[in-house]
This record gives sequence, C-alpha cells and structure tokens, in this order.
Amino acid sequence: MMRDVDPSTLASEAVQPPVSARAAAPAARIAAPSRFLFTRIGWTAFAATAALVLFVLPLANLYLPAGNPLHVSDYMITLLGKIMCYAIVALAMDLIWGYTGILSLGHGLFFALGGYAMGMYLMRSIGGEGVYHSDLPDFMVFLDWKAYPWYWSFTDHFWYAMLLVVLVPGVLAFVFGYFAFRSRIKGVYFSIITQALTYAFMLLFFRNDTGFGGNNGFTDFKRILGFTIATPQTRMALFALTGAVLLLSLAMARYLVTSKLGRVLTAIRDAESRVMFCGYSPLYYKLFIWTLSAVLCGIAGALYVPQVGIINPGEMSPANSIEIAIWTAVGGRGTLIGPIAGAFIVNGAKSWFTQAFPEYWLFFLGLLFILVTVFLPRGVVGKLLELSRLRKNVEKAP
Amino acid sequence: MSDAITSADSPAGSGLAQAGMRFASSEVDTTHGPILYLEGISVSFDGFKALNDLSLTIEDGELRCIIGPNGAGKTTMMDVITGKTRPDAGTAFFGQAIDLTRLTEAEIAHAGIGRKFQKPTVFEQHSVFENLELAMKTDKRVRRTLRARLDDADLDRIGETLSLIHLRDQADRIAGLLSHGQKQWLEIGMLLMQEPRLLLLDEPVAGMTDEESMRTAELCMTLAGRHSVVVVEHDMDFIARIARKVTVLHEGSVLAEGPMDVVQNDPRVIEVYLGR
Repeated sequence: MMRDVDPSTLASEAVQPPVSARAAAPAARIAAPSRFLFTRIGWTAFAATAALVLFVLPLANLYLPAGNPLHVSDYMITLLGKIMCYAIVALAMDLIWGYTGILSLGHGLFFALGGYAMGMYLMRSIGGEGVYHSDLPDFMVFLDWKAYPWYWSFTDHFWYAMLLVVLVPGVLAFVFGYFAFRSRIKGVYFSIITQALTYAFMLLFFRNDTGFGGNNGFTDFKRILGFTIATPQTRMALFALTGAVLLLSLAMARYLVTSKLGRVLTAIRDAESRVMFCGYSPLYYKLFIWTLSAVLCGIAGALYVPQVGIINPGEMSPANSIEIAIWTAVGGRGTLIGPIAGAFIVNGAKSWFTQAFPEYWLFFLGLLFILVTVFLPRGVVGKLLELSRLRKNVEKAP
Repeated sequence: MSDAITSADSPAGSGLAQAGMRFASSEVDTTHGPILYLEGISVSFDGFKALNDLSLTIEDGELRCIIGPNGAGKTTMMDVITGKTRPDAGTAFFGQAIDLTRLTEAEIAHAGIGRKFQKPTVFEQHSVFENLELAMKTDKRVRRTLRARLDDADLDRIGETLSLIHLRDQADRIAGLLSHGQKQWLEIGMLLMQEPRLLLLDEPVAGMTDEESMRTAELCMTLAGRHSVVVVEHDMDFIARIARKVTVLHEGSVLAEGPMDVVQNDPRVIEVYLGR
C-alpha cells in the first residue's frame, strides 16, 4: 500500500519544491519550520471534547430524566470513564513506544501500582464499616493481623496516597529503566524483561502475606475524601476529572513531541548510534520518557480504581500489558491521538462483544490485531493522516 | 563556500560557558603536539586481532588519508577513537589531556570528535533542517533540550551549512527521501554543525557519482586546516585527489606512511594490495 503512495509524493515534490527552496536567496536567513501545539482544527476538537466531558455528558447524566432520549446512562458514564483511564495509558505507551521505539510490555504494572496506591487510601477510608467492624481492612482481620504493616503508614492521608500514586511507579520505572538502558538492553529483550517484571509483581501481589489483599485485592470502597463513592455526583466528579487529566496529558505529550526533545526521542528510535555520536546521551532521554510514561500510567490507575470499585493482581497479568500495546497499534503509533482512539475502539468493541458474544472476544481481538498489522501498519489514525496528506498533494498538483 | 566555513568556527564559544559539558572542543590542548595520539592499540574479537599494536598520530589541522585492504582494521580504529570499542591495550589521547578510552560516545562527541559512518546514517524521518538542528553544538542535556529554541545565529549556522553541503533547497525535505550522495553530504553537514576539532570520515564517497565525488573532495580540502580530517577510503582516485599524507593499514597495524606517490611505490604496499 505504501509503495503505491510514495512515487506520487515524490513526483509532486519534484514538481513543486518546498517553499523555502523558492525563496532561497543565498544570503537570506533560513526560516525555522513553524511548530505549534495543535492546529486550529486540533484546538477546536480539543475544546469541543473538553466541553463534552466537563459539561454536556455530566448534565445529560445528572439532570435529564432516564426516559429522555438524550439521557446518558450511569453504565455509559462508568464505561467511558474507564476507557478514558485506558486512553491515558495508551497515550503513555505512545510516548515510549511510538516516539522512542521502546516497546514496553509491562505498562499494566505501573497502572496497577497507581491503582493500589489509591486503593490503600480507599481501604483506610472504609473505617470500621467492614464486615468485621475492625479498624483494619477485612483481609487483614482474616489473616489475624493486629496492626497495619509499616508500608501502610500514613496512607489514610489522601495527599500522601496521591504522592505514592506518582512515586511508586515513578521510582520503580526509574530504577528499572536506569539499569536496563545503561546496559543497552533494547528491542525484544527489553519487552520480554518488562513482561517478566509485571508477572513477578503479579505473583508477589497474589500472596496474602504481601499485605495487599492477595488475589481478591481491594474492593468494597465506601467513600473518597469524605464523599460517598457510589453517589452519581461523586462518580461524575471522578469522570470529569479523568477527562480533564486525559486532555491535559494529551496537551503535555504534544508539547513534548513538538519540542526539540521530542525530535531527539524519534531520532533515538530511528538511529540511536547517530544520536550518541551527535553528543546526546540516549540513557537520560530514555529514562526521562520512560519514567514519565510510567507516572502517567500510575495516575490513570489511581483514577480507574474508584470508578470501577476494585483493584486486584489480575491487572498485572502479562496479557493486560499486551492489550495496551494492541490499543496503541490499532490506533496508530506515533500520533498521540491514535492510541487514544485505539483505546476507545478496542475497549468499546470489547464491552459490546463480551455482552453479545462473550466466548468470541479473544478471537476477535486476535483477528483485529492481525488485520491492523497487515492492512493498517500505521494504525487507524496513521492511515487517515496518510490519506489526508495524499489528498493535499493531489490538490496541490494542477 | 569559504565564507560559510569560516563561520563554522566562530559562534562556538558563546554556548559553551553555560553548557557545562565535560569537555569543550576549544579546550583541546594541542600546544605541544598532535591532536590525536594512538599508541600500542590492540583490539581482538574472539581471538581475531582486529588491531595489533597500532600507533598513529594526527597533527592539528592535518588531512590524513587511511587506506588498507578489507579487514585491515580501519573501521575498528574509528570505533576505538569514538568510544564504541574499548581497546584491550594501548592509549588513545585527544590533544594532550583527554583520554579517549575513558569516555562514552556522547562525551567524545562533546570533546570535539565527529564521525561519519561507512553507511550514511542520518535521521531518516526528520527533515534535512531538523537533522542539522539536532546535530548543532549546544547543551545536549535533557532539560535544556526540552526548552531549546533556535535564535538567529543558530538559523544562520544551519543556513550556511545547508549551502555548504548543497542542500539548501532541500531543507524541508524528509532526509529519508534524499539520494545516497546527498545523505552522505547531510551526514558531513551534521558533523560540521557539531564544530568538531577532528573529523573522521569513513568512506565519504561510497556510492557517489563522479561529480559528487569531486565536490566532496573539494569539501574535504577546504575543511582541512580548520579541522583535522581523517578520511578512510577505498576509492584511489579520490585519495589521489586529496591526499597529502597517506597511512596504509594492514592486519591491524601501520604498514607504511608517507606522501601518496611514495606509498604507492612501496613494494610492501603493492604486495598487500596485489600480491600473493
């Protein structure tokens, strides 16, 4: 498919040299390429999405009666909120995979760790309302523990828990990344190690003695910051917050990839040795984007847990991390908006399939991945961008 | 052409003070001797001696050509100089004070050694302009890079280099779409943006047309004097066109060294190239 495209692009460029060429008098200063955060269409879409997530959907859910055709159901809000969390993860994945060329198959771990940090706070907020009416979570009573282990200290303070949401995935990613990148572990080896890492953590968290509720994890949350967690208003606040975080993450990611740093990252992806001989240390660039990506996942996990009401070690299963890579590939690597779309496409399909044909979902997921790999190697959004570029070239030619 | 090159050296000092690099190329101390000094370098891969007690000195501002049959150790020598390969034995000094065997690739690049690879290596997904922008000498740490902006002096530097490498009208083109020869030039342009004291060119005219190769020879001649240049080539016509002093490598050490016509008539060299 690409082969059909290229010659025409070449031909049109041969006929119409770039603007700078036509203007080039030898003495004139060369113009820096114009770079902006979003195009005008991009800003419009950004604002429209913000309005939709922050105003339209909340109003349609809270204030329109259930019979109204424009009413948005609670189910829909929970589903969209959940998928927006996934979209943040997909965005984080795009920064490290799409732009820097490092395929992580362990991003589910950072997501789960952020979720667990939030979960610790939510468990502490249950207070004495658990089944055993103890100050300790039910699973600790069940294990006959008398006090919280040391690593649960201060987790009843919301802001401390939020600090953990950022620090735990961040520090783990930093330390792991430092040794992996310093040893110049690359490509499939890096991917396999990240799979092993998330698997090891899953086994660790499955143990009851680890102190995180074993295979049941955390659930039965009652309240967050004093608000009852199950009320429509609290859910809506979490939903809108997730939307805001997603949009802010997108803007930040866009700022990063349009900066010179972003160009260094893609240069590392395309020709790492040249980057080194240009005088950059790829280690620190990789470490920066890798850690940032992990922190984003942690934040997404923390937003996810209060909305779905449960976190357990299943989130750390290797398959979950692979799914993240699939969302990113389906939407289109290296486009930022693509992976977000990919998270919506795949998870939207998943929620429909698991209701309509539950036993066929995994077959469909596999088929989808094959189809995308064969027919849309740059993903859905990548294909759309390619088509629009092609159309522009056709219009330019007389 | 020469105007463009003059300015390649001038704005160097400005960015360096705040750059905090470990070595600035202006600091390379060559007051008492050569810019590059290799002595007794040995490298072996699984028992195969790629370099065998190699000793070589390059004077400041010199243009040196290095020839030798396949497997003579030419590329390995460049790997040692640029920090890609650590020698098993021997010393490698840049100027008098900088021990190359202790630095990483990025630190060596900062110190002022630029390298062109055998296979042209440019950032294929970036435009020609962006390739030069990324290579440009400046603070290359993460935080500074995030907030880096191009000022007028930077744009002039990029513009001049573009003219020098005959790619000014291709500035917005994606580098992957350039011809092979143009990629070679772009890579040389990227090296010049780093303002190196020493340029290592590994087969700079491979795959070039005769005319391109002529222009490259011209370019090399103009670079010498302002930079020290080491050229590794197989193309004897090209060598003959630019050579002042030639070093012949054979089986990992220096076989002969001297002016082109002397080396060409050296019976040992003739034997290595034609014999057996």
